[in-house]
Amino acid sequence: MIASANGRPRWAGSLAATGLGLLCSATLAHASAGAGSGAPASTVEVLLRWLPFLLQGFAFNLVISALAMAFGTLLGALLGLGLIGRSRAVRLLSGWTMNLFRNAPRLVILFMCMYLIPFRFRLGGETIVLAGWAKAVLGLSLAVMANVAEIVRGAVQSVPTTQWEAGEAFAFGRRQILWSIILPQCAKRMLPPWMSLYAIITMDTVLVSILGIGEVMTLTGEALSAENRPDLLLPFYGFVLLLFFAYCYPIARWTARLERRYAVVG
Amino acid sequence: MDELARWFSALNDARGINLTVAYDRFDRLRFLNGFLVTLQLSAATIATSVALGVAGAWLVQSRSRIVRGLVRGLVEFFRNTPPLVQLYFFYFGLSSLISVAGPSGAPAPAIGNFAWAVLALSLFAGAHNVEIFRAGIEAVQRTTVEAAESLGYGRLSAYRNVILPLALRVCLPALSNNLVNLVKTTSIAYAVAVPEMHYVANQIWSDALNVPEMMLLLLACYLLLVGGLVAGMTRLERALRVPGFGA
Repeated sequence: MIASANGRPRWAGSLAATGLGLLCSATLAHASAGAGSGAPASTVEVLLRWLPFLLQGFAFNLVISALAMAFGTLLGALLGLGLIGRSRAVRLLSGWTMNLFRNAPRLVILFMCMYLIPFRFRLGGETIVLAGWAKAVLGLSLAVMANVAEIVRGAVQSVPTTQWEAGEAFAFGRRQILWSIILPQCAKRMLPPWMSLYAIITMDTVLVSILGIGEVMTLTGEALSAENRPDLLLPFYGFVLLLFFAYCYPIARWTARLERRYAVVG
Repeated sequence: MDELARWFSALNDARGINLTVAYDRFDRLRFLNGFLVTLQLSAATIATSVALGVAGAWLVQSRSRIVRGLVRGLVEFFRNTPPLVQLYFFYFGLSSLISVAGPSGAPAPAIGNFAWAVLALSLFAGAHNVEIFRAGIEAVQRTTVEAAESLGYGRLSAYRNVILPLALRVCLPALSNNLVNLVKTTSIAYAVAVPEMHYVANQIWSDALNVPEMMLLLLACYLLLVGGLVAGMTRLERALRVPGFGA
C-alpha cells in the first residue's frame, strides 16, 4: 500500500460532491441572502450547506471499508486454508493468529498499526511513505482477515465428509478436491456471513476518526467547531447515524434474504 | 514485590524494555484503576444489555402493532449504526440538552460520561440481544408453549417460567459471541474520556514513551478479559444443558 502523504484521496468524494454541488450552491446563495437579517440560519440550512463536505467524508469511509474488505478477504482466505491444512504446525500457527486478531478490540488493533508501523521506511533503496489512512486500512484488514478465516473454516467443515471421500474415490488429489468440489459448495454458505462482516467493518470505519483521519466523523467535528453552535450537535450526529443506517440496513435485509434462500432444508 | 519491581527496572536499564506499570507505583495504580473501570463498564453493560434483550424479545411479540413496530424499528436502528456515532450522539448531542446547574453555577451535564457510555453500549448490544433472544424463543417448540398454556400459565408467566429458560439455553452460544463483542467494544468509551484501560494506557505511553510495551500489555489484558468471559459462558452453557437437546 503505497500512498500519497496528503491525507485522503481527492477522487473519493468527487462523485458525491458533484451530485450535490448544484443543490449546495443554491442553498449557499439562499443562506447568504438571508444573512443580512442577522437571524441565525436554520438547522436544515446549515446541514444542507455542509452536506457535500460530510458526504465526501462518508465516501471516504466507504473507500476504507472496501479496501479493508478486499485485503482482509484475501489474507483471510489464506489463513482459513491454513486452519484446515494438513500440517499440525500450520494449523496451530493459523489458529493463534486468528484468535489474536479476533479477540482484540478493533480500536486497539488500529492503535497498534498507527503507532507501531513507521510513517516511512526504506525498502531496497526506495523510500516508502505510508499515509495514516493506509495504516488504518491495514488495521481493519487484520480484523477482517481473522473473521474471514473463521467463516472459511466453518463453511469447509459444514460440507459432509462424504464429499471428500467421493472425490478421493474419483482419484482426485487433495488440492483438486478442495478447489473443484468443496470450495464451490462453500461459496454460497460463506456469502451471508461475509456480507454481515462487511456491514460491521463499514460501521467500524468511524473508529479511524479517533486516529485523526479525515472521514465522516472527523469532518462532522470540524463542521461543528466551525459553526460553534451547541444546538447543531444533535442534528449533525443524528445525520451521521442516518447515513450509516441508510447504507447498512439494506445490506442487512439483503443478507437475511440470501440466508433464507441458501438455507439447507433438512 | 520489591524484588520484582527492581528486576523490571533493571530490564529497562539493560534492554530498554520499559514496563513502567511493573516498577512505578503511580503508573501501576493508574493502570489497575483503568482495568477496574473496564471491568465495571463490561459488567454494567452486560447486565443492562441482557435485561434489554429479555424485555425487548417480550415486547417484540406483543399483541399491539404499534409496540411491535416501535421495538423492531429501534432494534434495526441500533443494530445498523456505528456504536461510536451512537455514543457521540448521546454524549455530545443529548447531553447538551439535559444539563443542570453545577456547583459553580455553570451548566454541567446531568449524566456523566461513564453513565452515557453504559447507556449507549447497552442499547447497541441490547438491540443485538433482542434478535438473539427472539431467535431462541422461536426455537422453543410450539407444543411446549401449548403444554404450558394447558397447565393454566398466562402469557407473561409462561414466558418467564417456560419459554425464556428454554430459549436462553438455545441462544447461549450466540449470546456469548455478542457479549465478547461488547467487552471489546467498551474500548470506544476512550472517545468520551472514560478512564478505562485503553484511555489510561494512552496516558501512560504519552508520559513514558513506551508505546510498544503498553500496547502489548493492553492487548494481553483484553485477551485475558475475553478469555475469562468465554470460559465463564462455556461453564454456564454446560451447567444449564438440558439432557436430550443438542449434541
